[in-house]
Amino acid sequence: MTSRERDACSRRGIDCSMKMIEIKDLIFEYMRRDDEGNVESVNRAVDDVDLDIEAGDFVAILGHNGSGKSTIAKHINAILIPTGGTVWVNGIDTRQEERIWDIRQSAGMVFQNPDNQIIATVVEEDVGFGPENLGVPTEDIWKRVEESLRAVGMLEYRRHSPNKLSGGQKQRVAIAGIMAMKPKCIVLDEPTAMLDPNGRREVIRTVRELNQREGVTVLLITHYMDEVIHADKVIVMDEGKVVMQGTPREVFSRVDELKARRLDVPQATELAWELKKEGIPLPDGILTAKEFADAFADYMRQCGGQGIR
Amino acid sequence: MIRDITIGQYYPADSAIHRLDPRVKLSGTMLYIISLFLFDTFICYGAAALFLFAVIRVSKVPVRYIVRGLKSILILLLFAVVFNIFLTPGEELFRAGFIRITKEGLRLAAFMAIRMILLIMGSSIMTFTTTPNQLTDGLENLLGPLKRIRVPVHEIAMMMSIALRFIPILLEETDKIMKAQQARCADFESGGLIQKAKSLIPILVPLFVSAFRRANDLAMAMEARCYRGGEGRTKMKPLCYHGAEYAAYGILAAYLVLIIGINLVVNRILG
Repeated sequence: MTSRERDACSRRGIDCSMKMIEIKDLIFEYMRRDDEGNVESVNRAVDDVDLDIEAGDFVAILGHNGSGKSTIAKHINAILIPTGGTVWVNGIDTRQEERIWDIRQSAGMVFQNPDNQIIATVVEEDVGFGPENLGVPTEDIWKRVEESLRAVGMLEYRRHSPNKLSGGQKQRVAIAGIMAMKPKCIVLDEPTAMLDPNGRREVIRTVRELNQREGVTVLLITHYMDEVIHADKVIVMDEGKVVMQGTPREVFSRVDELKARRLDVPQATELAWELKKEGIPLPDGILTAKEFADAFADYMRQCGGQGIR
Repeated sequence: MIRDITIGQYYPADSAIHRLDPRVKLSGTMLYIISLFLFDTFICYGAAALFLFAVIRVSKVPVRYIVRGLKSILILLLFAVVFNIFLTPGEELFRAGFIRITKEGLRLAAFMAIRMILLIMGSSIMTFTTTPNQLTDGLENLLGPLKRIRVPVHEIAMMMSIALRFIPILLEETDKIMKAQQARCADFESGGLIQKAKSLIPILVPLFVSAFRRANDLAMAMEARCYRGGEGRTKMKPLCYHGAEYAAYGILAAYLVLIIGINLVVNRILG
C-alpha cells in the first residue's frame, strides 16, 4: 500500500487491513431456457475468478465485449448472485439477501447509459434520490447533495434539467448520485462508452479525483486503454477468466500477449513497441506521451543525434 | 412537430408560484377548473381570465409557451364550438336550409371555447411551474388516505414521475428513428390516413423495444441506488406549509368568493 492510500484511508476512517472486495472462485452461468422452461444451453460468463481489491485502490478491468467484465461488476452490487464461489463486499457475503441494501450502499454502481440511470428531472433531486431511499434525514440529504455535486464539479448545474446537459455532465451527475450515498467503493461499468472524447476525459478526471481526494475505492470497467494508465492495478479478462493482472506498467509491458488477445495498448506504448521491434532500444512499459518523449530524448542523447538519418 | 407538445413540461424559473407547495398548486388548479363551470356570465369569465393572467405574470413563464400548449387541443375546440353553434335549440338568428344558428348556440359555444382555453392554460401553468417530482409528491400526499384501502399510491406517483421524465427522451428517440428511416427512403408524408398510420408501425416497433430496454436499465439503476418502494423513504424536499402557502389559499378563497359574488350580482341585474 502506498503512503497516499494510507493517508486517504485514515482521513476517511477506513480499516485498511480489510479488503474492500474479495472474490473467490467466482463462477457465473447464464442459462438459456426453451419455451417449456428446460435448460437449452448454459453459457459460462465468469469462470473461476479470484480477485482482491484493497480499500482506497483504483482498479481497472479491461476486456472485450463478452469477456465477463460487466458480469463481475454486477456481482459486486448484488444485482447478480454467484452460481459458484463467493463474493464479499466490505466483508459481507452477497448471498446474504437480508443485507443486500448494506451491500448496495457500500458499493455504488454507475452504468453505461447516463440517460437510463437519471430518475429525476432536476439535477439536485436526482442526486438526492439515493439518500432518500436510505432514509437519511432531510437536512443531511441537502448537505450530501451539495457535497457530492461539488465533488464532481457540477454544483452550478444543481437546478438544471438533466436533459439539457452533455453526456459527460450527465455521467458526472450519475456519479454524484452514487457519491451522495457515501459508498466506500464505486463500480463504474463502462461509464464512458457512450461519450465523446471530451466527455470521456471529464468523467475519468472526476473519478480519479474522487479516488485521490475522497479515498473512494474505484473499480473501473472499460475497453479504452488510455483510461487505465493511472490505475493502481489493471486486470485483463478474456472469455470469463482473468488472464493478466498487475500495475499498468507491468501489464502494458507485455504487448505481444495483449495483441494475441486482440486487445489494444495505449498509443505511446504501441509506438515504443513498434520502434523497439525496429531495433531502437526503448524501455518497456511506456504509458504516456510524456514518458515516451523523455525516453526517446534519452536515446537521442546517447547516440549523439547520429542514430537517425 | 413532435416538440410542440408542451403539456407536462417544466419551465425552470425562480418565482413565487414555482416555490409554492405543489399541494396548493394542485388543489388550486382543481378549484380553478371547477370555478370555470360555476358561472354563466361573460364578466365572470373576464375576471377568471384576468386572474389567470395575473398568475401567469407572477410565474414568469412566457405567455407564448402556454399558448403553444393550446395547439394540441385546437381540433377538439373546433368540434365543441361547431356542435354547440349548430345543434343548440332556441331563438333563431340565421337559417339556410337545415343549418340554423341560434342566439343560445352562439352563447354556449363562446362559453365552451372560453372554458376549454382557460382550463388548458390553467392546468398547464401548474405543470410549467411544478417539477414532475414535486407534482407526484403532492399527488402522493393528497391521495395518501387512499393507502388505507390498499391503493398503491407511492408506486403510482413514482410511475408518473418516471413517465414524465422519459417523455423528452422518447420524443428525441422517435425523431432519431424517423430520420434513420427517412434516410433509407421511408415515406411518412404522403398517402391517406390509413397509409400514414401504417407507415408509423416501423417507427413504433423499435421505439417499444428501446423503451423496454430503457425500463430494464432504469430498474437496475434504481435498485442499485437502494430503491425499495415507499417504506422507510425520507424526502429531500418534504412538503410543509409556510406563510406563502396560506397566503395562496387566501387569495384562492378571495377569488372564489369574488367571482361567485359577481355572478350573483350580474344575474340579478340581468334577470
